[in-house]
Amino acid sequence: MQFMLLIYTAEGTGPQPGSDEFGAFMKGYVDFTETVKQDGKMVAGDALQPIATATTVSVRGGKSEIMDGPFAETKEQLGGYYLLDCEDLDEAVKYAAMIPSAEHGRIEVRPVMVWDN
Amino acid sequence: MLPPLTLQRTIDRTVREEWGRILACLVKAVGDLQLAEDCLQDAVVSAMNHWQKNGLPNSPAAWLITAARRKAIDRLRKDRNFACRQDEISYLIELDNQALEDGEPELIPDKRLEMIFTCCHPALAEKTRVALTLRTLGGLTTEEIAHAFLDRPDAMAQRLVRAKKKISLAGIPYKIPDSTVLPERIASVLSVIYLIFNEGYSASSGDALTRTDLIEEAIRLARIVNRLIPDNTEVSGLLALLLLHDARRFARTGKLGELIPLDMQNRRRWDQAKIAEGVGILETVLPKRRLGAYQLQAAISAVHAQSPSWQETDWPQIEALYNLLYAVQPSPVVRINQAVAVSYARSLEAALAMLDEAATGGVLDAYQPYFAARADILARAGRTQDAKKNFGTAIDLSDNSQEKAFLHDKISHL
Repeated sequence: MQFMLLIYTAEGTGPQPGSDEFGAFMKGYVDFTETVKQDGKMVAGDALQPIATATTVSVRGGKSEIMDGPFAETKEQLGGYYLLDCEDLDEAVKYAAMIPSAEHGRIEVRPVMVWDN
Repeated sequence: MLPPLTLQRTIDRTVREEWGRILACLVKAVGDLQLAEDCLQDAVVSAMNHWQKNGLPNSPAAWLITAARRKAIDRLRKDRNFACRQDEISYLIELDNQALEDGEPELIPDKRLEMIFTCCHPALAEKTRVALTLRTLGGLTTEEIAHAFLDRPDAMAQRLVRAKKKISLAGIPYKIPDSTVLPERIASVLSVIYLIFNEGYSASSGDALTRTDLIEEAIRLARIVNRLIPDNTEVSGLLALLLLHDARRFARTGKLGELIPLDMQNRRRWDQAKIAEGVGILETVLPKRRLGAYQLQAAISAVHAQSPSWQETDWPQIEALYNLLYAVQPSPVVRINQAVAVSYARSLEAALAMLDEAATGGVLDAYQPYFAARADILARAGRTQDAKKNFGTAIDLSDNSQEKAFLHDKISHL
């Protein structure tokens, strides 16, 4: 079954670009992506631009409203995701714990809904 | 033909004893906890009818599982996604044919360990794990579980339905976990069993009858897990701990339900068979030198259990065990008990110094056991005024009427 691993971090926490740790942190992501590919689990995965680039859209009474900023102003924001094909939740959790951002942020694991027809 | 009452009792007993084993086996076959439970419930209803007419089958458990499987085939055929269920249906029919060919009541494979790991999965909330384990492994009804936790039955039913939905949708597996996570997952199972026991042991909710049920259910579960994971010293340690605690059941409350502390208990009312069993388990596992918190707590309990009187307690031994326990489980409650052991083994002053140190920075300011232990040691040191003050704080922090009464009684005897 497919699991979405949603990576939530507070922007400005964790290794920052230009710091000594940033190189190792990014290599961690390269290695992780390589591991899930080799294990045959990778379906998709992306990093997102920072929340400063976010736009929120809603339609009320047929009228579109477009707003600057993310959907909710919380400390931790969605920063990227992996979509993996795993045996069960235990396996998905095992991979989630290997994502470098798990060490300062949180990874939400959500099964992908399967439609019957 | 059995008279209806005896029949009902036989069914109740079979269902209660075999529920977990049959359900675990069904889940393996149909792949879904809710479906398995519904089918087993259906089978129990038909058992009442059939057994009434035809008498008890040779193996009531085998009868129930065969009936439940057929109910599952029916339900799956009616499923609107009939096509997707083909695999499960063929598997069930194959099992059913096998059972018929064998002619003998089939051996029911024990899949309870798989099921308890599912029910105690860390992706479920703690209270849900406890409730689900009682429902699936223990065969307690939703009403009984709700009653034990002073919850409304409909709220408890909802909790269980949601949990079963999450297990199925979130892909919580039905298997023995991989060796990399096995130790932490075993720990989660043990903590659920310990919570069930403590819910029964501490007077926090429910009536006396339900509490006894929970204690006995926890011990039964500990026995099952101990049999299924034979070489884990902490699993055995937990079973020993529960037996040794439970050995004092009839001595620890008075006629009016009031709590009787260890030093005042009538030791002749301790259950010697349970003590012997608990001590016997410890004698097997402690020499393996894979110590853990459950074994150490059991060992402490065993020292008390084997002491002929409170006065003759081997306090240096208890202090040594608390030192080991604090090393594996550095929690305030262990620290406080360690200080109490020091107060008997060595000196009151050393114990007070330990308590002061543990409370540095006000971390225990709202912790009732700290003030109760401190008050007791102060009283024994002859510092009556200080003792009174500490007992008073302990009373203010307690939300249990029996405990408050016990502490008031202590003050009046100063």
